[in-house]
Amino acid sequence: MKRILIANRGEIARRIISTCKRIGIETVVVYSEADYELPFVKEADVAVCIGKGPVQDSYLNAEKIIEVAKEYKVDAIHPGYGLLSENGDFVNQVEQAGITFIGPNAEILSLMGDKISARKTMIQAGVPVVPGIDEGIKDLEEAIRVAKEIGYPIMLKASGGGGGIGMVLCETEQDLVAHFPKVVSRAKAYFNSENVFLEKYIENARHIEVQIFGDKLGNFVHLFERNCSIQRRNQKVVEEALSPNISEETRKKLYLAALKAAKAVSYTNAGTIEFIVDEKENIYFLEMNTRLQVEHPITEKITGIDLVEWQINIAKGLPIPVKQDEITANGCAIEFRVYAENPKNFYPSPGKITELKWGNVTNARIDTGYEAGNTVTPFYDPLIAKVIFHEHTREECLQQARKFFNETVISGIQTNIPLFLHILEEPNFQNGQYTTNLLKVMKTKA
Amino acid sequence: MNKIQAEMAGTIFQVLVSEGEKVEEGQVVIVLESMKMEIPVESNVSGEIETIHVAEGDFVNEGDVLVTLR
Repeated sequence: MKRILIANRGEIARRIISTCKRIGIETVVVYSEADYELPFVKEADVAVCIGKGPVQDSYLNAEKIIEVAKEYKVDAIHPGYGLLSENGDFVNQVEQAGITFIGPNAEILSLMGDKISARKTMIQAGVPVVPGIDEGIKDLEEAIRVAKEIGYPIMLKASGGGGGIGMVLCETEQDLVAHFPKVVSRAKAYFNSENVFLEKYIENARHIEVQIFGDKLGNFVHLFERNCSIQRRNQKVVEEALSPNISEETRKKLYLAALKAAKAVSYTNAGTIEFIVDEKENIYFLEMNTRLQVEHPITEKITGIDLVEWQINIAKGLPIPVKQDEITANGCAIEFRVYAENPKNFYPSPGKITELKWGNVTNARIDTGYEAGNTVTPFYDPLIAKVIFHEHTREECLQQARKFFNETVISGIQTNIPLFLHILEEPNFQNGQYTTNLLKVMKTKA
Repeated sequence: MNKIQAEMAGTIFQVLVSEGEKVEEGQVVIVLESMKMEIPVESNVSGEIETIHVAEGDFVNEGDVLVTLR
């Protein structure tokens, strides 16, 4: 593998370029007119503008991307996360063009991309799933009947949904009646499928996921877990590895279930199995993410493994380079996602970054897609940077994070850094006993 | 004459009113999409929609006038 096209943008494109440079692989990036000034465009060996800002005109234009891949004779395409990364049709097109897709095959993507079929597959494999129904809901009448059987509160979800989009919490039948048509129409608009289903909403839960890898020779390993319970609008804000405040027994149960899930679909490449862990530490499969996760750096920090390098080698057909018992977790790693948004109502804050001065913490890892002077445009998600701390203990991580964010200055746009400073002072975060409703509880208190 | 302006750059996702329609203060008249989020734009006064300056799919910048009321 000599040359890779990166079908993504911003921080993750840069992240992939950095591993490619280290291991001697050339990079080709595609970019939109809106992203012309961003660092990833300058850092790649070749950068090709493929269209206007909106994703439909650029980063989701599979044909155009494959055209560029052929023109520059790349050996493989790395999809990053989001955009085309979980699109089975794209993978088929890539492979038909004789190019390697760095990720699992199209069948796995389609099977796991549809949440109803993912649930069914996991039930068959003996992996516990969140109580719910395993068929699509036809209409509101059926939704009301099924919701009564499951019991409120429930989550109404688009089967094709993901990234926190296309799901809504319904505490009562009135909520369900109000949200049902909206979720159906959104499912159709965003995911091209009207299929929706219901799951029990588990209160006071934690969102814990397990990183796994499978190679083309049938070997599987896990790279421990990440606790991603701090969320807003069902999207992650802070993640940590390992998860605090969880028994060794539950931890083992999670790894076992994750490996079982991976084997059930003969998974290849990097994948993440998301679980909900309730107050009694019962675990339930939530979904499988068939790509590199945004929060993969915390796993890299505790294991010392470069996940992108593993992805590339596995795509080449090489075996996983180590055995399970050779993979160890060291210290604590915490990631904070810096979003361009209002820290109170989480509304987006696009605009020009006039000043960007990160805190002075020597071993903080900063994965950012932007520099001072760049404009954060409204076409893409609000993630502008991920800041990762890795120390021997959790307390040291929190201390470093506090120092870092107190010293950081970003002007021209709003960011959620003030929220981080609040989270860092929150007793339930400090003692590691937080659940997915931490931000909601903090908001009510404020 | 009252006008409703875009508070941030984005794309017009939905126009929920038509010209000549009476609206109440706080009523959502337009849904703007920015950074993968839908942002409801409310009328800051009660009145009648005089002109709608945008259509679904249009790109707007911060400060652009979306709707004028009388």
